Amino acid sequence: MKQKRFENPDQVVEPVFAGATIMVGGFGPSGVPEALTDAICRHDVRGLTIISNNAGTDETGIARLLMQGCVAKIICSFPRAMESTVFKERFDAGEVELELVPQGTLAERIRTRGAGLGGFLTKTGVGTELAAGKEEHEIDGETYILERPLPADFALIKADCIDPRGNLTYRKAARNFNPVMATAATTVLVQASCEVDLGAIDPEHIVTPGIYVDRYCIYNSPR
Amino acid sequence: MIADAILAHHLLDRQQIAARVAQDLEDDWVVNIGIGMPTLVPAHIAAQRDVILHSENGIVGMGPPPKNPKDVDPDLLNAGKEPVTLVTGGAYVHHADSFAIVRGGRLDAAILGAFQVAANGDLANWKLRGRPGGNVGGAMDIAVGAKRVFVMMTHTTREGEPKVVEELTYPLTVKGVVSTIFTDMAVITVTPEGFTLQETAPELTAADVQDATGAPLIVADDLKSISV
Repeated sequence: MKQKRFENPDQVVEPVFAGATIMVGGFGPSGVPEALTDAICRHDVRGLTIISNNAGTDETGIARLLMQGCVAKIICSFPRAMESTVFKERFDAGEVELELVPQGTLAERIRTRGAGLGGFLTKTGVGTELAAGKEEHEIDGETYILERPLPADFALIKADCIDPRGNLTYRKAARNFNPVMATAATTVLVQASCEVDLGAIDPEHIVTPGIYVDRYCIYNSPR
Repeated sequence: MIADAILAHHLLDRQQIAARVAQDLEDDWVVNIGIGMPTLVPAHIAAQRDVILHSENGIVGMGPPPKNPKDVDPDLLNAGKEPVTLVTGGAYVHHADSFAIVRGGRLDAAILGAFQVAANGDLANWKLRGRPGGNVGGAMDIAVGAKRVFVMMTHTTREGEPKVVEELTYPLTVKGVVSTIFTDMAVITVTPEGFTLQETAPELTAADVQDATGAPLIVADDLKSISV
């Protein structure tokens, strides 16, 4: 069996290179793999494109990457949350580029990439500023716009339980973008809260099969 | 200004608007709860009712905020990132499935905040004029997908400008989707003929509401007073 387990977050993120595109799980503060984003901060990897729903909470997660100047661009749906003070500073100063994507379109562009599709048609965004430059298609009398798959070099995933194969479960609504991102990136890096033996997770309960997972560590984030 | 002060005294507060919205939710409906004022609605749905609340971050069967601070769980937040609960029989789904529920037509209603609503039902709620960036979140997907869009907002801006208007001056979220507007002054439905005033806050007249509105209001034959 391929050895995917590493001792700590620093070893897990070791392959992350300057200029990489990285998906980061989470919705607000919930389900964010902060041990991994913190490790990337320690490695001071620069020029990153971050794909995530939000642009960081307070001074944690993506906000720390922004504070350290590691982020060149953010692709997200809700960058200006009240808690995203660091993003506001950096964006207003012109230091970070923003691509705003409706939340459902963001999730589906990621899913589409993971599923190996060339794009999808959605009514979301039709007639708005966010449809600028996108092809319109008429299907059964309804107007749709073409959205393209969203690829990434890495996905940073926060899971609840993991077994040695890398099979994952998630905890409550911390699931959010994590399982979809785990299907879409070239290399998938995981921090999991609890480690169990092979066979200990009921196969009916595995959300992300271990074939998607490349490297992981156990990190007991407070519940 | 004295007249304004008297008027302000008669406006509904946020909890009262939330209570009024809750009255229009029907048993067995699946209802998306947006960020801001809509997050107040779940607490006003009576316990014996069976409305299934959906939150964009993958909660099907969202319950009200936890009563006891020890039950706050950082992994169980609503769209506004505030602590909530899961009802018995609730479920979690990932984000792509959550928005498949949304666009797939499974929402009987969505309750959203807004900057403006136009007489043809156009919704603006994601970007302020002249502000770069914007905060689209799930607004476009949800307003496109829901069978009914209920808007919940103050009737005017802090500066007193109408938010119920003839045509949008803020960037469009979705065309022609709003069905009902619940404000601190009134309940207004969007009809093919335009805005129809259905209810006013107690003590307010149809003329008071029209004065604070940027488009003509058709007054319903059976105009009622909001009761919460």
